[in-house]
Amino acid sequence: MLNEQTTQISAPKKAAKTEFDVIGFFAKFAPLIFLIVLIIAFGLANERFLSPRNISNILTEVSIFGLMSIGMTFVILTAGIDLSVGAILALAGMMAALVATGGNYEGAATDSATIWWGFAFLTAIGVGIAAGLLQGFTTNWLGVPPFVVTLGGMTIFRGITLLVGGGGPISGFDAGFRWWGRGDIFGVPVPVCLFGFFAVVAWVTLKHTRFGRNVFAVGANPEAARLSGINVKFVITAVYTITGFFAGLAAFVLAARLNSAEAVAGMSFELRVIASVVIGGTSLFGGIGGVAGTVVGALLIGVMMNGLVMLNVQSFWQQIVIGVIIVLAVAFDTYAKSRRSSA
Amino acid sequence: MGTPLLRIQGLSKSFPGVRALSDVGFTIGYGEVHALLGENGAGKSTLLKILSGALKRDEGTIDFADQPYEIDTPIQANDAGIVTIYQEFNLIPPLSIAENIYIGREPTNGIFINRKLMFKNTQAVLDRMGLALDPKRIVSSLSVAEQQMVEIARALSMDSKLIIMDEPTSALSETEVEVLMNIIRTIRAEGISMIFVTHRLKEVSEICDRYTVLRDGNFIESGSIGDVDERDIIKLMVGREVNALFQRREYVAAENDDQPIALRVSGLKNVFHLNDVNVTRIQGAGFEVRRGEILGIAGLVGSGRTEMARMIFGADERAAGTIEVFGEVVDIQSPMDAIDAGIGMVPEDRKQQGCFLELSVAANMGVVALKSLCSGFGFVDRKKESEMISEFASKLGVKMSSDRQKIGNLSGGNQQKVIVARWLAANPKILIVDEPTRGIDVGAKSQIHEILFDLANQGLAVIVISSELPELLCVSDRIVTMCEGSSGEILNTVDATEEILMRRMSGL
Repeated sequence: MLNEQTTQISAPKKAAKTEFDVIGFFAKFAPLIFLIVLIIAFGLANERFLSPRNISNILTEVSIFGLMSIGMTFVILTAGIDLSVGAILALAGMMAALVATGGNYEGAATDSATIWWGFAFLTAIGVGIAAGLLQGFTTNWLGVPPFVVTLGGMTIFRGITLLVGGGGPISGFDAGFRWWGRGDIFGVPVPVCLFGFFAVVAWVTLKHTRFGRNVFAVGANPEAARLSGINVKFVITAVYTITGFFAGLAAFVLAARLNSAEAVAGMSFELRVIASVVIGGTSLFGGIGGVAGTVVGALLIGVMMNGLVMLNVQSFWQQIVIGVIIVLAVAFDTYAKSRRSSA
Repeated sequence: MGTPLLRIQGLSKSFPGVRALSDVGFTIGYGEVHALLGENGAGKSTLLKILSGALKRDEGTIDFADQPYEIDTPIQANDAGIVTIYQEFNLIPPLSIAENIYIGREPTNGIFINRKLMFKNTQAVLDRMGLALDPKRIVSSLSVAEQQMVEIARALSMDSKLIIMDEPTSALSETEVEVLMNIIRTIRAEGISMIFVTHRLKEVSEICDRYTVLRDGNFIESGSIGDVDERDIIKLMVGREVNALFQRREYVAAENDDQPIALRVSGLKNVFHLNDVNVTRIQGAGFEVRRGEILGIAGLVGSGRTEMARMIFGADERAAGTIEVFGEVVDIQSPMDAIDAGIGMVPEDRKQQGCFLELSVAANMGVVALKSLCSGFGFVDRKKESEMISEFASKLGVKMSSDRQKIGNLSGGNQQKVIVARWLAANPKILIVDEPTRGIDVGAKSQIHEILFDLANQGLAVIVISSELPELLCVSDRIVTMCEGSSGEILNTVDATEEILMRRMSGL
């Protein structure tokens, strides 16, 4: 018995890796499988669920969270967190509305607004980028953990929104503005087109560019990244700027869809955005995950919410179910990590 | 010899797809220091984990102190009398020595901790070991060696009969190793047994009484240390003769003297904050290394050899000093600057500073060279990337199933090859390697040495830092010694011996 194995000097200790890894497979595709099961189940339970109109509704609603989730994926990949996205959305939407209506708190009553919607668009994006940049700088140069920086940012940006917004909503934008929330391109709602477009851009960025690779490296081991000549501070600043950009974009789309911007917009959006990323398999410990999972995660939450409404389940239950899914997703992530490190 | 303290018979343990231990059996007597030897992956860690209660065995019997050894948790193992001291210590830095030693089993007066008794008992244990440490000292203020002593003191305070030490000397300097050896002798004299896991065979012959060699999960041989020499043990561990081990490359210093000086550093000084005071560890250190030469840096732990390397590489701040690369003064403020100047560094701590454990071999290998693989807009040329990776993987002999495999699943030696490949791919002129073979098994060690020789032959200037003097004497062409933050004269290796180096490192 002893001799059987001693002849094999370099025993293939890694043989297990080539076998089918059930947990690894499940970790990767569980959200997608669950999403498909949900769609089938809701479709069987209620025929209206799979009607084109409802699908379009779900996708449009998901898109706004989805855009923010794309940005959040970059941040979480670096093992960071951004709690301020909901507040940035409110601020960016409010500023855009002010620009669009020429500072008229009553809003423009008609389509005859004199200010081109493009300025409002640039304002929303600019505010988002500036807010993200500011938080990225603070994290890097004051050495404050991102949880705290963005927790502060969350209340600061909300406060500024209330200050500039004068309390009430600003509504009534011109058709060009509204098109970004209500229009369609060959029948596909514009928000969905944006979500799809930026998901692809982000996927390519993370997979195929040096910057994307560096995001993973910084998340996996910041010290090793620094010693490999990666500009860690730049990467960290950039990812918060990216979430800011997406929050600004989502703000513009949301305002366009509602034809209104208000200071309480985006309240607790950050939770659903973070949930989308985490359910999609991006590890809170950094370095693992990606945008494809986030898209699935965002769809999963959207489908779940819509489906439960269709089944006339009380809305409180939605929150409970989503909470359970988040905890399960993170528990699985933690389990997979402990399994990896003991292997 | 009477009944042994520990008797293991037919011990087996499998993980999915891997048989980590297969029918292993040996015995350890009372008051015996037993060396457990084997290459990485031989099954030593699995065996230790079973003894310490971290893993359950599949088959086999273990008898300990005439009792069947049936335990499920590390706490039960401690109660039974087996304490394991791991490479990473289990101490809580902000607590005192006494609090660490008695954590979880503090002596009490009713519901309150009896601190007086705790300190008294701790003092007694420290005295028993001959250690001049105050039980009230905070553990974070202790050196690595002292922290290890505290771990041993904890094991003694639990009245353990068998203390398992996993690579206890890997982070110690030569003098600290001597202190440890003395303590081990004291403990042995009390009849306490020890299992000693190490890659340093010299220590085995110095301190151990008997040995057991494992290979690929199988028991190979047990015996008395007095009956074998280091070469025999290596042969047992790797299952073949290792000829390349510690073989010097051909090098004539004089022939290399007309090569240009690749790196010249002088007047290095660092200043850093420690407990609100400015501390200078490095003062006036410098050396030069020529193209195609391997320069060894020798020094005790704490002599500043790693700090000096990190400063040159821009990883730590440099308070003073100049760095010249091929005659040009370069201002290095960050690793990015160093890389631009053509300097690479394989850091000391492979896991913490080198590897992205969760990422693939490809990502780990390509991270530095990525810049050169990018087309416009920062897009990575995937084809060039995979060509580069397969080129360096085969050049350095990295064993992997695919370049998508996680680096964390490779052995230590293969991980180190990937990290070296990372730098070679970036085509540096000067490569600093800090402890290139720490925690790597014997076979992979000589492979890493071969790689360093190749690099020098190709014209790189290589700087090797190692706490193993035989390794330095083997790989380097010249050696500079560090002592308390300053560097000595550069020696030709042919003129150096371990004794000369030790004297210089100790400032004699």
